[in-house]
Amino acid sequence: MDFGSINPVLLVASVMVSATPILLAAIGETVVERSGVLNLGVEGMMITGAVVGFAVAVNTGDPASGFAAAALASAVLSLTFGVLTQIFLSNQVATGLGLTLVGLGLSSLIGKPYEGMKSPTLPKLDLGPLSDLPVVGRMLFSHDIMVYLALGIVALVWMFLKFTRAGLILRAAGENHDAAHALGYHVVRVRLMAIFFGGACAGLGGAYLSLVRVPQWTEGMTAGAGWIALAIVVFASWRPWRVLVGAYLFGGVTVLQLNLQAAGADVPVALLSASPYLVTILVLVIISARGAHAAPGSLGRPFHASQ
Amino acid sequence: MNRRTLLASAAILAAAPAFAQDDPVKVGFIYVGPIGDGGWTYEHNEGRLAVEEHFGDQVETVYQESVPEGADAVRAITQMALSGADIIFTTSFGYMDPTIEVAANFPDVVFEHATGYKRAENVSTYSARFYEGRAIQGHIAGAMTESNRIGYIASFPIPEVIRGINSAYIHAKKVNPDVEFSIVWAYTWFDPAKEADAARALIENGADVILQHTDSTAPQAAAQEAGDVITFGQASDMAEYAPEPRVSSIIDNWAPYYIDRVQAVIDGTWESQDVWYGIDQGMVEIGEITDAVPEDVREQALEMKDAIAAGEYHPFTGPINRQDGSEWLAEGETADDGTLLGMDFYVEGLSGEIPN
Repeated sequence: MDFGSINPVLLVASVMVSATPILLAAIGETVVERSGVLNLGVEGMMITGAVVGFAVAVNTGDPASGFAAAALASAVLSLTFGVLTQIFLSNQVATGLGLTLVGLGLSSLIGKPYEGMKSPTLPKLDLGPLSDLPVVGRMLFSHDIMVYLALGIVALVWMFLKFTRAGLILRAAGENHDAAHALGYHVVRVRLMAIFFGGACAGLGGAYLSLVRVPQWTEGMTAGAGWIALAIVVFASWRPWRVLVGAYLFGGVTVLQLNLQAAGADVPVALLSASPYLVTILVLVIISARGAHAAPGSLGRPFHASQ
Repeated sequence: MNRRTLLASAAILAAAPAFAQDDPVKVGFIYVGPIGDGGWTYEHNEGRLAVEEHFGDQVETVYQESVPEGADAVRAITQMALSGADIIFTTSFGYMDPTIEVAANFPDVVFEHATGYKRAENVSTYSARFYEGRAIQGHIAGAMTESNRIGYIASFPIPEVIRGINSAYIHAKKVNPDVEFSIVWAYTWFDPAKEADAARALIENGADVILQHTDSTAPQAAAQEAGDVITFGQASDMAEYAPEPRVSSIIDNWAPYYIDRVQAVIDGTWESQDVWYGIDQGMVEIGEITDAVPEDVREQALEMKDAIAAGEYHPFTGPINRQDGSEWLAEGETADDGTLLGMDFYVEGLSGEIPN
């Protein structure tokens, strides 16, 4: 077997880039589901973020504004889901699927004039001495800012859920919305804020696809990434750090198998192609086999203060 | 509608078949990706638009995008047939069995399946000899690579894809005996992120030419980002990436065929057939070879194109051995269509195994 042409430094660097979109979408969805809402519209929000981020970056010449606009657009889109499910009590599964369809349709409409265009891409950060370190510098410390922002968001979400009062209220709304309501918390308001945050994260993930990872706008370019993000949330048993493990593992094995093929490794290709799914499921099953891994108690159930 | 008018209209329909011709012919298309993929599906949709343009009010076209290959395709094709389509083009290899299955239930609807090999009374097949274009790509790729490593993003291990790999390899090897192919099977027709990842993996492993048999322009974008890598437009011109990285392209031109077949339905002369057109009939076009290609290489490439179009040169002309070293084509022998259509082996010199 010849692994000679695989450069482990470049490999790890590719993994970090490859995992970032699903990581962003999955961490946002984790917060949404921890508040008791099942939003299946991740794919639709991601692709909306992808197209809006690309369009704004092309028009302003500034990728940072692209990301900001993508987060805002997807968050606003997710609020329509929030209003429909939280205030008008529509079915969450059906509305979430509708959100995906709307996002896909809307994005191809907005994206028509942008096909085949090039956008300014996000510059790699210069972390001074860190980036100059041998091996590790190129591997870990020479990415664009979104890679680190994604990691930062995971840490913040973990701290928010674990150590803050607001995080406790959010979890209470997700575990038992009647009890949270009886204690005087505004379940609907909490959930709307969570949905907004989840939308913004999915938008960032989508914009990362169209502005950094691919980078271009192509209709339908998320190609199921949103569904993988949803699956990672479940397999991570709704825990932020496990979401990180799941996303990096999935991204990692995806890139690794392509590299193994490119290097001509003597492993059956069908096995390599299935490996991201197999390994992700396997590892997450193992890590969730130990602790409690129940879904939030009120996940997907409608709530109205009068009931 | 009461029963009397129902009966009356049924009688009119039965008595006056000439009436039916005044109704627009409904033409359906099933696409494997979005029409904005910039490649395969984009070109099929251009063919659909050409049909609308050519026939005007005589036809009505409908299409469905991103239909998964396999069981879900049965549902999509059935729905299109139920909605009154007179002719349905199913435009991906994986729709082969679904098309045959649905066609058996709708004997009055005619079907045209792209790139497959199963036919029926009301099912035609059509495809293009993409391998002719691949030969020209292989020639340019072999002449231009400096690392002697050519990356190939393959989709599924089906004969059409394997033919393309073999054709490109044979002609790259002819101009550059040191050339090696790295093949990555993406197991998708359309997934820009994965296609970009595959292109990057190949580039990081030393390839400086990327050939693709997937539908999006993502590998072009990845190559452009990496710099010093050349690519070829696949299925569509992808001219937005010219003059570099995209130095040429294979363009699938379906429009004349689609117009021809819809005309046959209008005239009532449609019959099941099997069509495999190439550069000669214009179904395979070679996009502009840009200035990034040295003049002599460009001339050789164009000569090869003319020779193929004139029928003087067949890209699979012996001596060619199979990967295991056994003889496939003797000196001067050309491949027959049957073997090409079922091609499931690499030619000598390619490394790795075909999955499955």
